[in-house]
Amino acid sequence: MTALRPRARSGSGRPRPSFAAVASPGRAAGAVLVHLVLAVLALLFLLPLLWMLFASVDGEATLRAGAPSAFTLDNFRAILTPEIVYRPLWNSVLTCGGAALITAFCSMLAAYPLSRYTLRFKRPFLYTVLFATGLPITAIMVPVYGLFVNAGLLNSLWATTLFLAASTLPFGIWLTKNFIDGIPIALEEAAWVDGASTWQSIRYLVAPLLAPGLAVVGIFTLVSTWGNFFVPFILLTSPDKMPAAVRVFTFFGQYGSVRYGELAAYSLLYTLPVVALYLAVSRAMGGRFTLGGAMKG
Amino acid sequence: MGTVSQTRAPGPPGGAPQDPPRTRSSRRARGGAARWVIPMAPALFLMLAFFAGPILWTVWASFTNEALTGAQAANTEFVGLDNFERLVQDTRFRAAAVLTVLFLLGSILGQTVLGLALALLLRNRHAAVRGAVGAVVVGAWVVPEVVAGFVWYAFLEREGTLNALLGAFGSEGQNWLFTAPLLAVVLANVWKGTAFSMMTYGAGLSEVPQDLEEAARVDGASGRQVLWYVVLPLLRRTLATTLLLITLQTVQVFTLIYVMTAGGPGSRSTTLPLLMYREALDLGDLGYGTAIALALLVVAGLFSIVYVRMLSKEEPA
Repeated sequence: MTALRPRARSGSGRPRPSFAAVASPGRAAGAVLVHLVLAVLALLFLLPLLWMLFASVDGEATLRAGAPSAFTLDNFRAILTPEIVYRPLWNSVLTCGGAALITAFCSMLAAYPLSRYTLRFKRPFLYTVLFATGLPITAIMVPVYGLFVNAGLLNSLWATTLFLAASTLPFGIWLTKNFIDGIPIALEEAAWVDGASTWQSIRYLVAPLLAPGLAVVGIFTLVSTWGNFFVPFILLTSPDKMPAAVRVFTFFGQYGSVRYGELAAYSLLYTLPVVALYLAVSRAMGGRFTLGGAMKG
Repeated sequence: MGTVSQTRAPGPPGGAPQDPPRTRSSRRARGGAARWVIPMAPALFLMLAFFAGPILWTVWASFTNEALTGAQAANTEFVGLDNFERLVQDTRFRAAAVLTVLFLLGSILGQTVLGLALALLLRNRHAAVRGAVGAVVVGAWVVPEVVAGFVWYAFLEREGTLNALLGAFGSEGQNWLFTAPLLAVVLANVWKGTAFSMMTYGAGLSEVPQDLEEAARVDGASGRQVLWYVVLPLLRRTLATTLLLITLQTVQVFTLIYVMTAGGPGSRSTTLPLLMYREALDLGDLGYGTAIALALLVVAGLFSIVYVRMLSKEEPA
């Protein structure tokens, strides 16, 4: 029922010259139905998530979502130890944060020539990059594993970081090129006329204007690598190097009877940073960051 | 997607407008190849080392008996098409391929219908409604895959929430992960992926001029007719692009299935990525594992061809 109220406002509040103005009784009934359907759909999407929220603060959590029988923060207290949470989270920060910085930096360097110069190989290169964005990473993990074994890189945090960076680079380059395309070249020309070198014009003109775009690239990398389970699961083997994604999974099977409350609490702790980052990006992009926008370029 | 590069690279040499006068061309002459080689070097190195290298190695290794341990690890041999012959004859591979296609079809259908429905229903709604529904749906998308797996495990398990809800209607509880493993993972994947299609279709719909729909309405078309004959044809490009991206995304789903069912019971939810993992990393047969990886790429490629044709077929303007 509460969903109905906003509709009433939108009918009068919005200067939409279409049907809203000539709404017939049939359309009003239709609007009620639409809101009802939307409410049901939203509820269905919310339902599975409720378990995580409730169980994390429930002293006697089961697999069943329900209001906590006894509200407690014990679950969080139990897992907030260096071995279970802090260390894995720090590993996640190292690998994903490192990958984000590397991707943003390399993307900026690579995208500038691709955007500004006339290069013979530009189009094929860009199409290759575009193709690489869609490449199923899972499919190349076995050969990457073979490569890591042969090169003695298995269980190395920095090599994993580099691989994560490489896997997000195509999308980063693509995005950054579009951002640079949006910066008028006339600005740089003016600087050149005034005697600035290419490097100076990049340093003082392009970089500051590109900063928000690079932040988007970095945060996007962070969000997508933070949730990645398969890559660290395969490339990192020792427990002290595991990022949170893998640790929370091993935690799941660690005890004879799983402590569901703690599992939910861990899941929540591990999820919150991505949600916060995602909100930050979508705010920064003013709603344009829907990936749809990135695709259309 | 092809339109993207047009913004600044209008193709053939005739790119006069943004190739401004003197200053630039003289500047360009000065730097030589170094002006693009140096800045692109780090990115190129990373992508060559971690992308191109492994892919070439995939093709090579799938023709060898490369293994992690044992005699084969020491001296890897070229075995020609052996791995592929083994693939074709392997009943587990065939079962996994069928499951992968079913998983793909179910996920794609679910995400497309739900995403399109949500995008259409949310169009022209009040910002509060859009924000609330959008937040919930996108929330499912933002949640890391491992957590999505846990959450759905908890939802569908015998002791889980779904049975609690069904129990209220007097229905007998069952472990859905055991009785319908494929359906369970498809549901979870649709839940997780719908936000993406909702957002792309939403973006596509916002570019469909509403006067066209209004004109059709005035001419007496029903809502369904407007949708089918006016809106959907205009959305064709967005549809094809989104389907392509969803397919590439879905074909490689490993974590969600691994967390929820680990491929079981038996191998009733073992899709190609899980089979690949088992063969290559559990059993250590890298050659056979990469052959499965190639098969995975072939499945993705076949679906992609369908979408690209769907795009180009009706293109002649």
